[in-house]
Amino acid sequence: MMNLMRLFGGRTASAPVARERLQILLAHERGRNGASDLLETLRAEILGVVSKHIDLDPDKIVIRMERGKFVSMLEVDIEVPNSVQRSKLAAAS
Amino acid sequence: MAKVLVVTSGKGGVGKTTSTAALGAALAQMGQSVVVIDFDVGLRNLDLVMGAERRVVFDLINVVQGVAKLSQALIRDKRLENLWLLPASQTRDKDALTEEGIRRVITELKTKFDWILCDSPAGIERGATLAMRYADEAIIVTNPEVSSVRDSDRIIGMLDSKTVRAERGERVEKHLLITRYDSARAARGEMLSIDDVLEILATPLLGIVPESQDVLKASNVGSPVTLNNANSAPARAYMDAVRRLMGETVTMKVPVERKGLMDRLLRRRAA
Repeated sequence: MMNLMRLFGGRTASAPVARERLQILLAHERGRNGASDLLETLRAEILGVVSKHIDLDPDKIVIRMERGKFVSMLEVDIEVPNSVQRSKLAAAS
Repeated sequence: MAKVLVVTSGKGGVGKTTSTAALGAALAQMGQSVVVIDFDVGLRNLDLVMGAERRVVFDLINVVQGVAKLSQALIRDKRLENLWLLPASQTRDKDALTEEGIRRVITELKTKFDWILCDSPAGIERGATLAMRYADEAIIVTNPEVSSVRDSDRIIGMLDSKTVRAERGERVEKHLLITRYDSARAARGEMLSIDDVLEILATPLLGIVPESQDVLKASNVGSPVTLNNANSAPARAYMDAVRRLMGETVTMKVPVERKGLMDRLLRRRAA
């Protein structure tokens, strides 16, 4: 009876949505097992390289990995202080 | 040969403690000697669900710290003489549980019992990792609901990497126990179906426990559901699960009335 009501009432089933959302999410999360360490390693090494030449606040390096269907994007966001702040930093140290 | 089983889930409130009590009692009802251990330090509840809350004197932490002997801390069930409980501490010093201490306790219990059931706390922190640490097999309790399935997936990953068996290159045998299942709602496409959950988690099914008022009734009076109402649907589901654990082949059925042809057709359409 409920099924007939659903058919005629146009109520949509939510379980298929749940299933699809989970499949997509878990495919990404399983891939990330261990990959979070990769990002941390990348962050530390990039920080090391850039710090040789520019004074950096270690907290101002942000690394993100965005997974797409065919390619993924590695986004590295480094905030470099301008020269005024840089000379201040140099003077303080 | 004693078997160490962890009952785990990641998410809280899915029925770990209820299931530990019911499975432990069911194993004991089948003549096995069983101890159930509560690993939820600070928030112990297995004693309450089993109706032994007023008999707790010593606990797991006391034994780990050497304050009490194992024999002093173990509580024998009043209804089943081969069912025992090792309660958790209600004090909050979680760090008192050490890996070495747990190893010693479990090694000693293995000489005395056929089955050691570890009731894991929710989460993925220390308590949960210690509860699974020495497990031979794991029962992952899952509700057919997105957050529970996601957390179960996470726990399955941990069972494959953070247990002693995994580190030795061996396998922790995993079983999925789906609880609070409502076949009517699943048939209408309002709840993830058993097939959905199995496909997503890719773990063998141990049993399907239907949503039932009998579960609450049993915990209200402090009696595992398999003892409190052995003929109820959840009790039968737990009994079947235990037979499968013991190696019997039991036909898997959703423990409610069979659906007609119309429902099955529509269920396929909804899935």
